Amino acid sequence: MVDLSVRIGTLRLANPVMPASGTFGPELAQVFDLGLLGALVTKSVTPEPRAGNPLPRLCETEAGVLNSIGIPGKGLAHFLAHAVPEWRRFAAPLVVSISAPTVAAFAEAAARIAATPGVAAIEANISCPNLEADGRAFAMEAGSAGAAIAAMRAACALPIWAKLSPNTAEIAPVARAVEAAGADAVVVANTILGLAIDIERAAPRLGAGMGGFSGPAFKPIALRLVWQCAQAVRIPVIGVGGIASAEDAVEFMMAGATAVQVGTASFVSPTAMLGVLRGLEAFCARRGFARVAELTGLALPAREGQPAPVLDTARAAAL
Amino acid sequence: MDLGTAAFPVAECSLPVIESAPVGQRYHRLLLDAPALSARSRPGQFFHLLCRDGAGQGPYLRRPMSIWRCGPGQPLGFLLHVKGKGTAALAALRAGQSLSVVGPLGHGFALDPTWRRIFVLARGVGLATLAPLAEAAGRAGIAVDALLSARAPEDLMAAEFAGGSGAALRAVFDSDGTSEVARLEAMLRAAWRLAPPDAVFTCGSNRLFLLLQRLAAEFAIPGQVALEQQMGCGLGMCFCCVRQIRAPDGTVENLRVCAEGPVFDLQAALAW
Repeated sequence: MVDLSVRIGTLRLANPVMPASGTFGPELAQVFDLGLLGALVTKSVTPEPRAGNPLPRLCETEAGVLNSIGIPGKGLAHFLAHAVPEWRRFAAPLVVSISAPTVAAFAEAAARIAATPGVAAIEANISCPNLEADGRAFAMEAGSAGAAIAAMRAACALPIWAKLSPNTAEIAPVARAVEAAGADAVVVANTILGLAIDIERAAPRLGAGMGGFSGPAFKPIALRLVWQCAQAVRIPVIGVGGIASAEDAVEFMMAGATAVQVGTASFVSPTAMLGVLRGLEAFCARRGFARVAELTGLALPAREGQPAPVLDTARAAAL
Repeated sequence: MDLGTAAFPVAECSLPVIESAPVGQRYHRLLLDAPALSARSRPGQFFHLLCRDGAGQGPYLRRPMSIWRCGPGQPLGFLLHVKGKGTAALAALRAGQSLSVVGPLGHGFALDPTWRRIFVLARGVGLATLAPLAEAAGRAGIAVDALLSARAPEDLMAAEFAGGSGAALRAVFDSDGTSEVARLEAMLRAAWRLAPPDAVFTCGSNRLFLLLQRLAAEFAIPGQVALEQQMGCGLGMCFCCVRQIRAPDGTVENLRVCAEGPVFDLQAALAW
């Protein structure tokens, strides 16, 4: 019997498998019991209603997809009144992803969410590419990322997970900035900006031009970012990017992730998260890990002044 | 992994291919062994198909495919236009191989049992979507008049449409000019002045959708249209397949073809 529970700051999750924001909704309850997940992470909600981007909003590549959906939605007031009660019928903790155009708007949104019963944590989408600003986002720089999280921290007592962006020169300073600003965890990472062109029309395939790339081809990059962040901060890292199987999830945990999010894979296989969860348990059972949390950081280099988190070699040899 | 149970209306599972055969030059039919899924599928609904040929090659994302054949005791069937790498991979499947499906998905057609006669207007492979509706109408004792529009007689799939529905078929073609919208409009006006249908249905052509929408409004006949759109997840999570739909209060909103559709009220849908 493997203990699958993990701890993200003050929050204890029954298991480390959850959806990535934007690739998930209550609609998935038509396929399996969402109560089996470690947490439920909503699509990003914005303070005001948004229509979303022009079509096409999705473009397939060889091993992944580019998207530029544009966070369509009915706004925060509608979300808190209608979506939160709908989510509360599921047992798993609810993590509300928010995206806002200014530091002040992030803080105000955090305060309003914290005042609504039934929310376990806030995921701050400070990394969603803002196409109106040429793809720049808060998470591109340590200063703006830290400012957004600090303002949210001052505005609410809920756990705050900062979702970082791969679209930055160096992710470690950004991770350290949000940790210093009071984030309880970093989610690493959002989609990486990309482009596809329709050569017959000589125009971008996506209606909005650039888009965020995700899926299996992005996995090595996301894994590297997790590895770097895990060595930069002491708060938990939640790994996301191209995870489709339990083996992928084990890699992310060994690179330093405490939990994982599954995104694009759910488009191809709606039951992908269940497969990851069952496979994680089977891997731990096969390799003799009593707790899935033991996987976290196994492949990281030793930190200065700390023993290396290595496998129990005697036990490993016996297996 | 087959996780479909009665508690979960949508299944993800791998199904055996019973039959895989070309239909004419450009189309292909697939029949799958799926008694439970076929029995609970409804005309107008769709499945999200993982398009992998026998060697596992195919595009990354699934492809939405409307149901062509379904019902108790019937194989689950799809009739597809082979035009891209997804449909090419599906057409490469052989009997005995398996196909991963997610479904049934979406909201299908609604049939009012008080209707006596419906009219169906299909273009190209759009007839695949309307074929199970004609069958259901036939079983409910509702007469079906169908007008099928195709590029040429060799592209017409009259037998594939009619099945055992008993529908009265009429065909028009681009090759002889009979499919021209103005001619169809004159034909429908003449027929409806004498005996208007109780409801009209269409799929497969923007031009024919607009014609039917206009005439149905003029004759005050209710109608439904099955829309197509590129999809990501097929379940309503990714918001990539939206189309503009007019609400009863006149406002226009983006609705998901996969979740709120693919069948919409004929007058509510906007042209594409």
